[in-house]
Amino acid sequence: MKVKLLFFAALREQLGRPTEELELPTNVDTVAALLDHLRARGGEWGRVFAPNRSVRAAVNQDMVQSEARIKAGDEVAFFPPVTGG
Amino acid sequence: MKIAVQREDFDLGAEVRAVSKNDKIGAVASFVGLVRDVRMTLEHYPGMTEREIGKIVDEAAKRWQVMDCTVIHRYGELAPNDQIVLVAVASAHRGDAFAACEFIMDYLKTRAPFWKKEHRAGGGTWVEARAADDQAADRWKQGER
Repeated sequence: MKVKLLFFAALREQLGRPTEELELPTNVDTVAALLDHLRARGGEWGRVFAPNRSVRAAVNQDMVQSEARIKAGDEVAFFPPVTGG
Repeated sequence: MKIAVQREDFDLGAEVRAVSKNDKIGAVASFVGLVRDVRMTLEHYPGMTEREIGKIVDEAAKRWQVMDCTVIHRYGELAPNDQIVLVAVASAHRGDAFAACEFIMDYLKTRAPFWKKEHRAGGGTWVEARAADDQAADRWKQGER
């Protein structure tokens, strides 16, 4: 299934891209599984998504926890804790 | 209700007048956040930002009487002393206006997808989220007010 990934702030800079279209294996159907999938790319991906780094996720523009499901066509965003206001 | 995420500056007086047009309104509480000390770039997540702020305003309107409300948050390049954020809440009485204004600001700090990058001599640094901001938002859950 195909999903659209978005990266913001420090994550966007470290990964060198704001967005990515990605074809996922069918067993990658939660945010946690997607994180494992991205981490397995190694290099910067392993560092950005290291378990001790604080990364937030949103699916279709709603903040979610890592057990949230993802499905074809979803927009999945990863970003650091927010610092607006 | 007005929610705007914009590069442009805003006029506090005009925004306060705009939420004061109903003659049942007796109080308007407003908060303006300014850039402190250092030049910065604010990035946000277009679409989600407006949605999150909308949810926060809806939550405030469930808890207090909110007769009108404006939230404006800027993004892009900002210099020290520039205005970043405005929250203005209109109500019949000041208690509701003060509380809703502070609640919206506290939740905005921890939920609205904005990120600040500070530019000092030697380069840019992404600002780290502060535990104090999470605590400020959390106290509304604990029924302390």
